[in-house]
Amino acid sequence: MRFVDEFRDADTARALATRIAALCEPGRRYAFMEVCGGHTHTIYKHGLEDHLPESIRLVHGPGCPVCVLPMGRVDDAVAIAEQPDVIMTAFGDMMRVPGGRGSFFDAKAAGADIRMVYSPLDALKIARNTPDKHVVFMAIGFETTAPSTAMTVLRAAREGIENFSVFCNHVTIIPAIKAILDSPDLRLDGFLGPGHVSTVIGCRPYEFIARRHGQPLVVAGFEPLDILQAVHQLMRQRREGRCEVENQYSRVVPWQGNRRALEVIGEVMELRPWFEWRGLGFISQSAMQVRDAYAAFDAERRFAVPGVRVADPKACQCGEVLKGVLEPWECKVFGTACTPETPIGTCMVSSEGACAAYYNFGRFSRSRVRAGSAGPTPLADPVVLR
Amino acid sequence: MCLGIPGELIEMATDDTDLALVSVAGVRRRVNVGLLTEDDELAVGDWVLIHVGFALAKIDEAEAQAALEMLHGLGPAYDQELADFTGSAVGREGL
Ligand code: SF4
Repeated sequence: MRFVDEFRDADTARALATRIAALCEPGRRYAFMEVCGGHTHTIYKHGLEDHLPESIRLVHGPGCPVCVLPMGRVDDAVAIAEQPDVIMTAFGDMMRVPGGRGSFFDAKAAGADIRMVYSPLDALKIARNTPDKHVVFMAIGFETTAPSTAMTVLRAAREGIENFSVFCNHVTIIPAIKAILDSPDLRLDGFLGPGHVSTVIGCRPYEFIARRHGQPLVVAGFEPLDILQAVHQLMRQRREGRCEVENQYSRVVPWQGNRRALEVIGEVMELRPWFEWRGLGFISQSAMQVRDAYAAFDAERRFAVPGVRVADPKACQCGEVLKGVLEPWECKVFGTACTPETPIGTCMVSSEGACAAYYNFGRFSRSRVRAGSAGPTPLADPVVLR
Repeated sequence: MCLGIPGELIEMATDDTDLALVSVAGVRRRVNVGLLTEDDELAVGDWVLIHVGFALAKIDEAEAQAALEMLHGLGPAYDQELADFTGSAVGREGL
C-alpha cells in the first residue's frame, strides 16, 4: 500500500522544486491559473508559492461556485424563501453569501424558514416528512454537485413527491475558462485543471484550451506534491514547446469522466442561453436549468422571482480577484471591512474563496512581499509539510 | 460543499441498488452510489469519494487516507463538512 507521506514528502518536494527551477528560462516570467478553489486552499495552506521560483506566479481562478453567484440570484432565492409555506434548504456555504437584500442568515432571522442541509437528499427527505409545505433546494455548484441535484430530482419524480423543487444555479466550468481566455486583462501560460470537476467531465473538454488557445492544462490533485508535480508538467510542456491536456490526478480522474453522472445531468438539465457570474458578467451557455420534462421540480417556474440584476457593492473587487487580475490582499477592504465574519464579497464567504483562503493561511506568504505591500516575511519552515 | 470526503463501504443495500452504508472517520451514514457505473464493481471494503451524499468516484485506500489527512488539516472547514455529513438526515437509520 502507498502511504500518505508519498504525497507530502519534503525531499520529493524539494527535488521537484529544483527540477521546476531548472526548466525556467532566464528572464522569462510564468503565470499559471489554478481554476479550482480547492487548489487555492492547498497553495495558501502549504505556502507552495514559496517553493516555486520567483518567476512563477500562481493565479487564482473562478472555480468557487459560491463566489461566482451574483447578488440578484441570492435575492431571488430569498424571495422564494419568503413565500408562505416554503422551506428553503441550502448548503452551509450558502448561508452567509450576501445579496442585495442581505443573506440567507438575515432572511432566516427575519422569519423565513431556511434550513442548512448536507445533501439535496436531505432536502427531499424534509419534503417527504412535511407534506403541507413546499421544500425548495438551493442548488449551487459546478459539475461536481450537479449530478447530485439531478439524481435527487429523478428520485423525487420516481417517488411522486409533489412538494419539492430546486432553484437551479448550477454552473459549468468550461465557459468560465473560455471567458478568462478571452479576457484581455490577463496573460497566462497555462492552467491547473480542477480535480473533482474533472472526475465528472473528464479531460476531453479541456482540449480546446490546448488546441485553440495554445495553453497547456494539467488536471491536478489536491495534495501539495500534486500541485508541484502539475506545475512541473506545465513547465516541461512550456520548455518543450508543447500544449497538451495532461492528467496528473489519474488515480482519481478517469480521462473519460463519469459517464453515468453526465447522463443524469443531461436527463434533468439543459444549458441556459446565458447566466450572470459575479465578477465575470454574463457568459453564454455557462449554467444549467431544469428541462421541461421536469418543470414540476423547477422552483423558477413554480415561483415568480424578481430576477433583478443587482450591482456588486462599490468597495467589492471580487470580480478582479475571480479573474486573477488582483490578488486578494490588493482589494481595498481586504481584512479590514471584509473578513470571513463580515464578508462584503463572496470570495471571503466560502472556505474555498481566494480571499478567505488567503485570510486564513496565506498572510505570511512571499507573494505578498513580491507585491510590495508588506514588510518582512516570517517564513514558516518546513512549509510543504506544515 | 466542494470538499470530497472519502468513505469506506461497509454494506451494500439489497433493496435499493443506489444505496450503500459507508463509514467516514468512524461515522456511519447512508450514501447514494447511483452515480457510479457497473465498471466500478463496488464491493464492501472499497473506498469512494463522497460529494454531498453521493459517491462520485471509486478511489484506492492510499488516496483515501491522504484525502482524509488533508481534510483534517483544513481544520474548521473539514470539521464543518464532517458535522454536516454527521447531521445529514438522510442516512441515520443505517440501510
Ligand atoms: S476582500 Fe472582500 S470585497 Fe475584496 S475581493 Fe475579497 S471578498 Fe471581495
